[in-house]
Amino acid sequence: MKLLVCISKAPDTTSRIAFTDGDTSFDESGVQFIVNPYDESYALVRAIELIEAGGGSVTTITVGDASCDPIIRKALAIGANHAVRIDAQPVDATQVAQLIADYASDKSYDIILCGKETIDHNSAAVGAMIAECLDMPFIPFATRLNVDGGAYNLTCETAGGVNKVTVNSSFVLSAAKGMSEQRIPNMRGIMSARTKPLQVVESSDDGAKTNVVKFSLPPSKGACKIVDADNPSELVRLLREEAKII
Amino acid sequence: MSVLVYVQIKDGKATKAGLEAASYANAISGGSATAVVAGSIEADGGIGNVGISNVLAYSEALVDNSQIAKLVEVAASKVGANTVVFSANLEGCAVAPRVAIRMNAGYVAGVTGEPEGGNYPRNVFSGKAKAYVSVTADKTVVSITPNSFGIKEVGGFAALEAFSAEVGEAKLTVGEFTPTSADGSVPLPEAERVVSAGRGLKGPENWGIVEDLATVLNASTACSRPVGDMGWRPHHEHVGQTGITIRPDLYIACGISGAIQHLAGVNQSKVIVVINTDPEAPFFKAADYGIVGDVFEVLPKLTEAIKNLS
Ligand SMILES: Cc1cc2nc3c(=O)[nH]c(=O)nc-3n(C[C@H](O)[C@H](O)[C@H](O)COP(=O)(O)OP(=O)(O)OC[C@H]3O[C@@H](n4cnc5c(N)ncnc54)[C@H](O)[C@@H]3O)c2cc1C
Ligand SMILES: Nc1ncnc2c1ncn2[C@@H]1O[C@H](COP(=O)(O)O)[C@@H](O)[C@H]1O
Repeated sequence: MKLLVCISKAPDTTSRIAFTDGDTSFDESGVQFIVNPYDESYALVRAIELIEAGGGSVTTITVGDASCDPIIRKALAIGANHAVRIDAQPVDATQVAQLIADYASDKSYDIILCGKETIDHNSAAVGAMIAECLDMPFIPFATRLNVDGGAYNLTCETAGGVNKVTVNSSFVLSAAKGMSEQRIPNMRGIMSARTKPLQVVESSDDGAKTNVVKFSLPPSKGACKIVDADNPSELVRLLREEAKII
Repeated sequence: MSVLVYVQIKDGKATKAGLEAASYANAISGGSATAVVAGSIEADGGIGNVGISNVLAYSEALVDNSQIAKLVEVAASKVGANTVVFSANLEGCAVAPRVAIRMNAGYVAGVTGEPEGGNYPRNVFSGKAKAYVSVTADKTVVSITPNSFGIKEVGGFAALEAFSAEVGEAKLTVGEFTPTSADGSVPLPEAERVVSAGRGLKGPENWGIVEDLATVLNASTACSRPVGDMGWRPHHEHVGQTGITIRPDLYIACGISGAIQHLAGVNQSKVIVVINTDPEAPFFKAADYGIVGDVFEVLPKLTEAIKNLS
């Protein structure tokens, strides 16, 4: 089986979020970057598990500049076989999806796996767009994936529950919680990742159809009003009369 | 602006998320938006009530997002729409990006309000910041974050026009559905009130006091990740960065420390109440109201106080 996993660079979950250049770009100073958690723990690990069980190869693909290389090496250390980086500054999901779809179009991957969303852009868009560019089925928010001969059996999140879904041709999915568990790379993985191939593909930056004109931080909450533990009725009164919520 | 909105239908009626998308479309079009639906619909499915007067009705329900995308694209070109609106619910998130590719449009996901100076506001960094997005293409596809704009009822009735389009074959089959809330209660992402508890509850046997409070408030229950991981509560109740994101009007956190990954899933709640024995718990910094106290004493009293309200 030939699998392609889309991995994106994301700020560590505990990063302080701030902006520079007149609130037009993310302030990366002091920020630690990680593999986007959904891409790593769910899409990548499940892809590696399938290859370990049934043979084949896992390639990761990232749209980004050289600052993505450390997180790509981490994916190789976890167990991906090859990595590709499309050298471009990603501006929006459309551009990322088109670049990935162009790359994948003549390589007949059986499954293209994305995470359910990036934790910085939160678009949940790239997977569906790749599927549309390649005219492939798209299975969003997949929580389980099993291969049974030529058929793929999945479960995916839907309103109020989960659906079983079956597909018989190559497809794109976005991976959600449930697919697999996080894997910590071991020393051998980390050593071998250094020599695994990371291919850089030249590209242009165009293709984006949107851009962010400004970021803003939410107004900081007023101080929390503390209510005496012996007097929960006071809390009820505030929720009713001040917050007008109950 | 010529606007088309895709309205999701369930059991013959527009879903709440669909009506919210329709309300948004109506607002940005100045009352001239057209809706497109797929599946059997009773009367106008409630769509006229939010101010839409024309509905293009495709008679069969479609399960493959590629088919819905084709349907919406054909509808958009029929009405000459330059803007197409979806809900950013589970279905919309799969269909809207496809439509954007088909129409060569710019896609803005998870919009939280009307455009300001032509720029669409949306949450980024898991709710820790907002971005204003400008579309540089001729056409625009947007999806609306559920519960962010609201349903605006204006009264009225929509005319249905039978509509057909070449949508192709379904390339996937959808089998058995398993509800996550066995009792049929409101799915968490749609809940208006949520009572949530963490490791401070000490064990699964203590959840009675959490459920009692949720019952009197007509709220859904949620939990922190370790509680789900330890099997104290079902996994689908886990909220946060690796669980689900919720935006209720009221979020009551009981015995939860307020780690940043937990906050990522709940910090868009309108009002946050925190009950924790530790006055230094980080959650108080994100809260509107707090009680420094023991959940085993506070929760039953709070439940009683709410019972005595009316
Ligand atoms: C990559 C990553 C992703 C993560 N994703 C998530 C996520 O999606 N969701 C999530 O929730 N966590 C997530 N976590 C875990 C998160 O960092 C915290 O560990 C977790 O949220 C803590 O859960 P808790 O508040 O229930 O437990 P604790 O941190 O142990 O806090 C328990 C709290 O209860 C209080 N308490 C104790 N006894 C009482 C009492 N009798 N009455 C009142 N209060 C009491 C304590 O003072 C304490 O504040 C993630 C972590 C990582 C690294
Ligand atoms: N720059 C990128 N390079 C590779 N994959 C990406 C990139 N951005 C997003 N993705 C993939 O698309 C998914 C959804 O991203 P998004 O649409 O930004 O929420 C992510 O979980 C990744 O799998």
